[in-house]
Amino acid sequence: MISLTAVYVMWLREMKRFSRARSRVLGSLIMPLFFLAFLGLGFNRMPIPGIAPGVNYVKFLVPGIIGMTLLFSSTMQGLSVLWDREFGFLKEIMVAPVSRVSIALGRIAGGVTTSLIQALLILAVSVLLGFRAHNGLGLLAALGFMILISFTFIGLGLVFASRMKDMQGFGLVMNFLVFPLFFLSGAFYPLTNLPWAIRGLSYADPLTYGIDGLRAVLIQTHSFPVALDFLVLAGFAATMLFLGAYFFEKSESV
Amino acid sequence: MDAIWVKDLTKTFKDVTAVDRVSFSVPEGELFGLLGPNGAGKTTTINVLSTLLHPTSGQAEVAGHDVATSRDLVRKAIGVVFQEPALDGKLTGRENLEFHAMMYGMGKEERRRRIDEVLGLVELTDRAAALVEKYSGGMKRRLEIARGLIHRPRVLFLDEPTLGLDAQTRRHIWDYIKSLNRDHGVTIVLTTHYMEEADILCDRIAIMDHGRFVALDTPARLKDILGGDVVSLEVEGAVDDLLAEMQKLEWVRTASRHDGVLTMTMEKGERRIPELVTLTQARGAIVTSVHLHRPSLEDVFLHFTGSTIREREASVAERNRMMMGFGRR
Repeated sequence: MISLTAVYVMWLREMKRFSRARSRVLGSLIMPLFFLAFLGLGFNRMPIPGIAPGVNYVKFLVPGIIGMTLLFSSTMQGLSVLWDREFGFLKEIMVAPVSRVSIALGRIAGGVTTSLIQALLILAVSVLLGFRAHNGLGLLAALGFMILISFTFIGLGLVFASRMKDMQGFGLVMNFLVFPLFFLSGAFYPLTNLPWAIRGLSYADPLTYGIDGLRAVLIQTHSFPVALDFLVLAGFAATMLFLGAYFFEKSESV
Repeated sequence: MDAIWVKDLTKTFKDVTAVDRVSFSVPEGELFGLLGPNGAGKTTTINVLSTLLHPTSGQAEVAGHDVATSRDLVRKAIGVVFQEPALDGKLTGRENLEFHAMMYGMGKEERRRRIDEVLGLVELTDRAAALVEKYSGGMKRRLEIARGLIHRPRVLFLDEPTLGLDAQTRRHIWDYIKSLNRDHGVTIVLTTHYMEEADILCDRIAIMDHGRFVALDTPARLKDILGGDVVSLEVEGAVDDLLAEMQKLEWVRTASRHDGVLTMTMEKGERRIPELVTLTQARGAIVTSVHLHRPSLEDVFLHFTGSTIREREASVAERNRMMMGFGRR
């Protein structure tokens, strides 16, 4: 049922496209880097309620910006089905004698790889800005959280791309879904500073648990127990992957 | 065995019936053409046969496999060249072919050999390392035909293979298609709205209009239906009365009217023209021009559908424009 070759081919295609789109990749890293540099340096010496003493703002912000990078790049990867539909290549994929689940898995594998590369680049830059992970084990655990975040939002992108016929809905998804998910996630400030009604929404946002988990393992400050972060995020990731593959399977290819 | 077998195939989109109870079969090795104006249902037929769309009702088998229930088996047996380019512009020509060959489960050695072969066949060996986004329209089409052949399909679907190509490239592609069919025994189903293309290439042609087959036969026999010569008279005056008059003549096989032009088929047309002119003038009408030719598929299409293919397309284009107008308002 699942063809490993097909998964590999889809992944390989993504790698080739990624390696040829350097300027675009660089462009997509600029925004998170600006946030990191200007917000981080600008607020660094300000006391912010809810942040544990001894944790400066740059340190607090880095996991948030990594989460942001993953959110945007992964959703875009999921939505890239729309580009394939627009440029006709989707038909070539859909008429191949392999299961659609394999195709979806290949896309997900490619998307996770490229998103992780971008997130790790951000992490590397933040090290230059003085960020240090707590320890090596934390770094490894952070990688796990990053993969789960990426899974979740590629799945989300796939769901929407499979339901949309053309590119027109793209802006809607970005403005009414991705940006709110980003702002609700507590990437910039502790959620305890939000009014309770909005905080409720934050608790429904998978990225909240992703970023809290990243903070827990990277800088050892968090609002939820790290096990809870992990379990909730893993649940979201599994659900979204299933839904993404399911809707892709059901989508009409022309 | 038949390469394609279709029974009462129907495909509807919301309230539009794109393909309406179509039945036909294509024997192995045949070059079969679907001829009709844009919007006749040709592409939808191909999309159903190539498993991209589910049939609404009816049955279709390709290479002995049902297109609705055995999709993967059908997909393995067919190659498809779509009307719109379906290439990844960010990959090179060779990489596009590699992608395809791997998807069809071919081993490394076989892959390399077949890709070199098909690149040679469509004369793209020199440009294989260039990104496809740098290709011209003709090169893209050739690359797609090459791709459709890599896995040696039993049936190849070509949807408007020469649409938008210049005359020279078109002839080139005709040659490829013919040699594929003749030398490699590939069953080919192509759609076209070019009469000439259907006439030159196809063993048999189905004329499609409004989702239905209005005629299906060899080009020669389709033209024989009209019989003999086609004589067109451009007339000023009471055309309808004339038409009725001419239909009564025993040597006129078919007669139809199209604006001010009377089109008739008959044997030895060149000898009948004086008689037709005399008759017209006797009825007080004036003949402004006379035209005699052997029947073409265009005449056959006119005979079966009551309009020329160009007019049909113009009316489709008109309708589309109006719909776009509504959309923009």
